[in-house]
Amino acid sequence: MTQDPNTRAEVEPTEIGANAAETGERRLEDTHDVTADHEVPIGDLDFAAVAEHGHVAAERDPDAPAVLTVDNLKMYFPVKSSGLVRRTIGQVQAVDGISFEVPKGGSLGLVGESGCGKSTTGRLITRLYTPTGGSMMFEGQDLAKLSNREMKPLRRDVQMIFQDPYTSLNPRHTVGTIVGAPLEVHNIVPKKQVIPRVKELLEVVGLNPEHYNRYPNEFSGGQRQRIGIARALTLNPKILVADEPVSALDVSIQAQVVNLLQDIQREFDVAFLFIAHDLAIVRHFCPEIAVMYLGKIVEIGDRETIYSHPHHPYTQALLSAVPDVKQAAVGGRRERIRLEGDVPSPINPPSGCRFRTRCQFAQEICAKVEPPLLQIGKRHKVACHFAGELGAHPATPVTTEILGVDDQGSAVPGATPAARLSIPGYEKTWYDLDTKQTAGA
Amino acid sequence: MFAYVVKRLISGVLVVTLVSMAIFLLFWYGPSSPAQPICDRETSNRCTQTKLAVYEKTLGYDNPVYEEYGKYVKGIFVGRTLTIASNDYECGAPCLGVSYRTKQPVKEELVSRMPATFSVAIGGAFLYLLFGVPIGVAAARRRGTVADKALVSSFLFISSIPYYLFALLTWLYLTITFPIPFFSDTGYFSIAQNGPLKWFGGLFLAWVALGIFGCTQYTRFTRGAMVEALSEDYIRTAKAKGLPTRTIVYKHGLRAALVPVVTIFGIDFGTLLAGTIFTERIFDIQGIGYWSLQAVQGRDLPVVQATALFSAVVLIIANLLVDVVYSVLDPRVRLS
Amino acid sequence: MTSIPVTPSSAASSDPEGPYLQVEDLQVTFPTQDGPVTAVKGLSYSVAKGQTLGIVGESGSGKSVSSMAVMGLHDAKSARISGSIRVGGTEIVGLGESRMRSLRGNSMAMIFQDALAALHPFYKIGKQLEEAYLVHHSSASKRDARRKAIEMLDRVGIPQPDRRVDDFPHQFSGGMRQRAMIAMGLINDPSLLIADEPTTALDVTVQAQILDLLQDLQREFNSAVIIITHDLGVIAEMADDVLVMYAGRCVEYGTTKQILTAPEMPYTWGLLSSIPDVRASTDARLIPIPGNPPSLLRPPSGCSFHPRCVHSDKVAGDLCSTELPELLPASSGTAHLRRCHLADPVGVYQSEVLPEIAPELVEETR
Repeated sequence: MTQDPNTRAEVEPTEIGANAAETGERRLEDTHDVTADHEVPIGDLDFAAVAEHGHVAAERDPDAPAVLTVDNLKMYFPVKSSGLVRRTIGQVQAVDGISFEVPKGGSLGLVGESGCGKSTTGRLITRLYTPTGGSMMFEGQDLAKLSNREMKPLRRDVQMIFQDPYTSLNPRHTVGTIVGAPLEVHNIVPKKQVIPRVKELLEVVGLNPEHYNRYPNEFSGGQRQRIGIARALTLNPKILVADEPVSALDVSIQAQVVNLLQDIQREFDVAFLFIAHDLAIVRHFCPEIAVMYLGKIVEIGDRETIYSHPHHPYTQALLSAVPDVKQAAVGGRRERIRLEGDVPSPINPPSGCRFRTRCQFAQEICAKVEPPLLQIGKRHKVACHFAGELGAHPATPVTTEILGVDDQGSAVPGATPAARLSIPGYEKTWYDLDTKQTAGA
Repeated sequence: MFAYVVKRLISGVLVVTLVSMAIFLLFWYGPSSPAQPICDRETSNRCTQTKLAVYEKTLGYDNPVYEEYGKYVKGIFVGRTLTIASNDYECGAPCLGVSYRTKQPVKEELVSRMPATFSVAIGGAFLYLLFGVPIGVAAARRRGTVADKALVSSFLFISSIPYYLFALLTWLYLTITFPIPFFSDTGYFSIAQNGPLKWFGGLFLAWVALGIFGCTQYTRFTRGAMVEALSEDYIRTAKAKGLPTRTIVYKHGLRAALVPVVTIFGIDFGTLLAGTIFTERIFDIQGIGYWSLQAVQGRDLPVVQATALFSAVVLIIANLLVDVVYSVLDPRVRLS
Repeated sequence: MTSIPVTPSSAASSDPEGPYLQVEDLQVTFPTQDGPVTAVKGLSYSVAKGQTLGIVGESGSGKSVSSMAVMGLHDAKSARISGSIRVGGTEIVGLGESRMRSLRGNSMAMIFQDALAALHPFYKIGKQLEEAYLVHHSSASKRDARRKAIEMLDRVGIPQPDRRVDDFPHQFSGGMRQRAMIAMGLINDPSLLIADEPTTALDVTVQAQILDLLQDLQREFNSAVIIITHDLGVIAEMADDVLVMYAGRCVEYGTTKQILTAPEMPYTWGLLSSIPDVRASTDARLIPIPGNPPSLLRPPSGCSFHPRCVHSDKVAGDLCSTELPELLPASSGTAHLRRCHLADPVGVYQSEVLPEIAPELVEETR
C-alpha cells in the first residue's frame, strides 16, 4: 500500500544538504558518463536544457534475448489453524503459476491491485522467499532451486529497489556503509577501493559524492530513494526488481527518479522488473506489461496492446478507472467500467476464472474451467474465455476448441485439449480470435 | 481463546516444573551439604561430620537426587511425612516441606503470610495507579510546557534513586525524624484481630513509599503512551467530529494509551504479589518477602524453595492474565 | 492582494448568499525550535455549495494546513492564524472553542487519507459513527443513532450494513474503511466536506468507486467540497475549480479547465510535465521539476518557486529572485489568477512546454 508523501509533516523544514545535491550545483570534472545526463545545473535553469533531461517513454528492443525466464512460478503461504495443535488448514495462493520473460536490458512492468501477488513475485525473484513451485531461469541456473548458499553469488546480479526510502535504509549507518556494504559482503574490491566506488555510485545517482559519510535522515525522500538505487547498483546487477520505486515520493520528485532509472537502464544495460500500481508510470517505463489479478497473470503484452487494445475485462476496468488529466478539457467524469465489491480472498479463490465474481461477462464456463493464458497476437496473451476489445467481447467462449469443452465448460467426449498453453515467452504463431485459426507473422 | 489459555497453562506448568527442578538441583549440588544448615541449627553450631551424616540420612540426602525430587513432587500432590533428626513431621498436600527454623509446614506459613503481602501490594499498586495515570495524562496534555518538563525531570530523579534507599529514607524521616503518631508503628496487623484502623495505620507508610515510587514510573509510562496516542490520526478524527476535549482525551486517547500501561502493570503487580522484600523488611511487615529474606539468612532451605516456586507461579499467572486482558483491550489482537 | 468575491467557476452566476466557504488572506504560523514557520501565507479562495474545489501541491505546500485551519483543527496554543475564514456566514478565525465544536463535524466535516489510522482501532465502526451523530444531536437516543449509522453505511454502499456496523475497522477492507469514513463525515449532513487525499492509499478501481460515491453524495447533499490531492487526474475529474499551492502560497487559481488546459504558471507546468498520462503520446517527455520543495523556515526570496523555475531566464533582470509576484488575473479570463512575472506565459506554454509534454495536442491545435 502506498504511503502518501504529501501528508508527511507539512511543516517539516527541508533537510540540510538537500538542495546542494539534488539541484546539482556541484559538478566534478572527472565524472561518470551518466552523471552529465540527468542532473540539471542550477546555474542556468533553462527549459530546453531541462527538457533534454526528460525522457520519452522507453522503447522495446525487439532482438533482446530473455535474461530472466519465469515459468509456472508458484508461492503458497500456509495458513495455520488456531488451537492446540497448529495444523496447516489452507494456503494463501499469493502467486499461482505465472510465466513471463524479462528481456536483457529491457523492462517488464507488473501491474495489479494490492494483494494480486506482484510484490510477492518481486520477492521470489530476489529470493527473499523460496518459491513453492516453478522455475526462474537466470543465466542457465534455476533461481528457484538454488540453496541460499548457492544463491549468494547470484545475488550480485539480481538486486532490489524498495518502495519506502524511509524504512529501507538503516538510520544508524552512513550512506557510505549502506552503499558499500554489498562490496564488502561479496569481497569484491579491496577495502581501500570501497569508498572511491561508493563515491562513484553516488555520483551516478546524482548525489554529492562527498556526502558518503552522512546519515539517511539528512536526506530528503527523493534523495533516499537515490541512495537505495545506488545500493542496488553497487554490484553491477543484470536485473533490478523495482517494487513501487516512486510511489512514496512527491509528484515532482517521482519524475526525477523515473528519469534516473531510465538513464541507468540505458547506461548499464540493466533489465528491470518494474512493479507498480500506477498504470501511467508503468506505461512510461515499460514497453511490455503484465497485468496480475489474484495471483495470476490475466493479460500480458506490449504497451500499445495493453493500453490501447486490452482484451481482458479486468485490464479494461483497471484502465478505465485511472483518472485522466485530459478530462479537464471536457469536464465531468469519464464513463468507466464499475467494478463492484472487493478482491476475493486468495485463501479460497473463486473456481475457474478468478475474476469471474466481479466480471460482467462471466458465464457458466468461467466458473467451471480456468481460462488459459492464450496467445492471441504477436506479443499479446490473455486469459479470458470471452477475450475481446472493449465493447466487442464475443458472445460465445473463444477457448472451447483449445480446451476441448463446450460452451458451458463441460468436457466434450473425444476432444483433445492442447497439451501446454502457457510458455514464458511468445510463440511464432498464435490463435487468431477473428478467424479462430492459428495465425503467424 | 480457550485453546490459547489451555496451551499457555500447559507451558506454564512446564516452566514451574523446570523452576522447581532448578531450585532443587541448586541446593542439592550446592557448596555445602544441604543438611548443614539444620545440623548447625540443631546442634547449636557444633555440627560434627558424624552428626551431619545422620541428618543427611534422615533427610534422604544419601539417596539419588531423582528419587528425592520424586518424593518432593509426590509430596506436593499427596503430602508426605518428613523426618528431621528422629522427629516425624506430618506434611499434608500440597507439601512444600517443613521449615527448618519453625518446624512448621511451609505451606501453612505461606498462606498465613499472604494477607500481609497482598495488603502491601494491592494498597501500593492502588496508590500508584490512582496518581500515576492521571498525572501522566495531564503531563501528556501539557507536553513541552514548563510544568511538564519540571514534573518529568523531578519524577525521573525520584525513580533513579534505588528503591531500597527511597523506602528506607521514607521510613527514617516519617517514623524517627518526624514521627507521625498514628502511622509510625509500622507493620502488619490483621483486620480480624486488630481492626481496620490499626491495619491501615501499620501499612500506610509502606503504601506511601511504594505508591510514590511507583507513581513516578507510571506517570512516565502513561505520559509516553499518551503522547503517542494523542498524536495518532484517530485523535484528529475525533476532534474533527466535534467531540468535547474530555471525550477526545479520555475516551479516545487514554483508551489506546492504557494498553501498554496495563501490560506493564500486570507483570509489575505479579512481582509485588510474590513478595516485596525491601518494603516488608523496612516497614517490618511479616509478609512473604520478609519471610524469604529471613529464610535466606537462616539457610532455611525448604522456605527458600517454596518462596521461589511461589513467585514463579504468580508471575506465570500474571503473564497469562496480561495476555488475555490485552486481547480484550485491543480487538486487533487475536490469541492463537 | 486581490480578493475574490466568488469562485472562478461561478463567476458568471451570482448566488445571493455568496459562497458557503470564504477564505481571505489566511496566514498560519507555527513556532518551531528553529523559529516560526509560516505554512500558509495570504491565501484566499471560496467554495460555493454544490461546487468542488481541488487543492494541489507537494509536501509542505500548505494544502493540508490551510484546510485544517478551516476545520479549526490546529492546536490553538501553538498555531497562530490570521485572516478570515467564513463558513456559512460565520467568521471562525478567533471563534470560541465551544462554538467551533458545534460547527465541526456538523456543518463541516473532514475525511482523511488513511482510514485505517484515522478510525479508532478499539471501537466498532458503528460506535464511531453513532458518536459523531450523538455529539451534535443531544436529544437523539442511542437507538436513533444506531439506526442512523446503519442507514449511512448502507448509503455509502457497505453490504449488510446491519451486520458490518458491529465490525472493527481492521475487519474492513481498505475501500470499505474509506466508505465508513465518508459515512461518518456525512452523518450530520454537513454543508462543507473537506477530503484530504481521500483516495491516495487506495487501488485505482477502489479509488474510482470512492470518487463515484463522493460525487453522488455531493449531488444528493448539495455540499461544498474541497478535495486535497496531488493527483491531477483526480482533480480533472472531480473539481470545478483548482487552487495550486506552492510553499504556502496560492500560485495559480482558476477553473479546472483553465488550470489544466491553459496553465500560466511554470510550477503548474512542472506538475503537468512530471506525471505521465495513461493516454498521452509515448513521445511525451517526462520532465521533472528540478530540486526539492523549499524549506519553509528559510523561504526563497522573491518568487518562492524561482530556485526551481526553468523559465525565469525569460524574465528581465533578477525580478524573480527579488520581488514576490502578485496574484493577478491571467490572460484567459479574470477569474483565472496566477502568481508569475512571465510576460507571455501563454506563448511560452504553447511554443515550448506543450510540444514536449503533449506533442499530440500541438498537432490538434494547429
